[in-house]
Amino acid sequence: MENDKNSQKIVDYIGNFARKHSLFVLAYGTGCGAIEIPATMTSRYDAERFGIRGAATPRQADVLLITGYLSTKTLKRVIRVYEQMQEPKYVIGFGSCTVNGGMYYDSYNTINGLDQYIPVDVYINGCMPRPEAVISGFVKLQELIMAGKANNGEKYRENLEHYRSNQKKIIKNWKMPDYNW
Amino acid sequence: MEDLGLKIFGAILTTIMAFTVGMTYGGIVRKLTARVQNRYGPPVYQNFLDLLKLQSKKTNIAHGFMGHMAPVWIIIAAVTVLMFIPILNGNLWFPNLSFHGDLIFLLYMMVFGSLGMALGAGQTGNPNSAIGVTRGLSQMVGYEIPFVLALVALMIQFQTTSVQDLTQVQHETGVWNAFANPFAFLAALLASLGMFRYSPFDIVGAPAELASGPVSEFGGKYLGTMMSGGAVFAFIKLTLYVHLFFGGAGNPDDSGILATLAGIGILLVKTFLLYMIPVFYGWINPRYRTEQAIRYFWGWPTALGIVGVLWAVFFN
Ligand code: SF4
Repeated sequence: MENDKNSQKIVDYIGNFARKHSLFVLAYGTGCGAIEIPATMTSRYDAERFGIRGAATPRQADVLLITGYLSTKTLKRVIRVYEQMQEPKYVIGFGSCTVNGGMYYDSYNTINGLDQYIPVDVYINGCMPRPEAVISGFVKLQELIMAGKANNGEKYRENLEHYRSNQKKIIKNWKMPDYNW
Repeated sequence: MEDLGLKIFGAILTTIMAFTVGMTYGGIVRKLTARVQNRYGPPVYQNFLDLLKLQSKKTNIAHGFMGHMAPVWIIIAAVTVLMFIPILNGNLWFPNLSFHGDLIFLLYMMVFGSLGMALGAGQTGNPNSAIGVTRGLSQMVGYEIPFVLALVALMIQFQTTSVQDLTQVQHETGVWNAFANPFAFLAALLASLGMFRYSPFDIVGAPAELASGPVSEFGGKYLGTMMSGGAVFAFIKLTLYVHLFFGGAGNPDDSGILATLAGIGILLVKTFLLYMIPVFYGWINPRYRTEQAIRYFWGWPTALGIVGVLWAVFFN
């Protein structure tokens, strides 16, 4: 997204401005953190004033929100969803569980550290983070987008083998296509 | 040659205006809805940002030829229909093709966009899309009947099928068709609730239930193009209603700059007020099921439509 002069092209600037102010969120309610999403979206905290709104399907979404612990079974679905999203796409890890496993760090059934499996743009820590924290996480993401630094979709495709090998360590019965278009 | 140039210029101007107005109305509705829900709400220009973002997505996926064509089809249908709608009554700036189309043709053309959407959604193979399409077509069967009855009533009453003539009649007599045939007007108004697909008739999109229905596999540029088409279609329906029932806008005897601007102003006020009716109705209603929606349209609206036709036959 940056040219050789270390600054953005005007087209990218305009595009990033629009991307920043229009984030369609696919809230993947994996863990208990999902309960904070309704509070963030509705009248008390009103995330829509930042242009953040819910998307119904991965095809329409820009942001994948992983809200909390991720069981090994759900990981497969998350990968499918992530790969179906169209670039530029962003991931927000929500809650301590996505950072390092949180209180489920020694569970046999959840993953520790979301960014081993899909690239994460912003982590919001807390167990569980309040809506203020969620919105501040989104604002951080907006800053990254504006600076042209949020291009993890490309990174994922480039390092697909690395991510795949990590994913396959968890998902033993891998019965998916090579890439879930 | 000069004439042709003016016509092309008018057509481009019309399209830009329809698009801008449709998108802005959508933004205003989002803002108002937020205020009703005690939220601050997105800015009024949010829809333009969304569109810009969708158009600047870097990867776009289509599921085959019709999936690729559906958004194009929708926008072609939208612009085509727009050309046959009189924007301002008799105005020389926006003549387009309004003298050559009549209501029956418009009725046919207006479902063209939905047809494209149905074909495109069918090819994606997503079950949600298929359910959305069947729901959309069922709902269309529901509201088209009172709508057509209302139009037939107008056609009988004034012995013409031309939108232009119907507007002209209102201009000459000074009586809006909404009052000349109140039953037809009510039927058409109730049908418009289904046409704009706000609650309780948002059974096609139904985000929580169907994952946005027919568009569930469309993202990026495809979704953006569909959004623009939808905005133009909203403007088309509103303008058509204003011309059919609310006396239209514009002065056929004066095409000066000032008169044109005044005409556009009147058109905007009238369309906006009309647009608020389905929106207001939506704020206070939850979603219907498909059969409830159809039963709704085949109940009072259809009865009113029939009364409207009888009124047109016997009292005029
Ligand atoms: S971080 Fe805490 S609140 Fe969030 S999913 Fe984990 S245990 Fe639940």
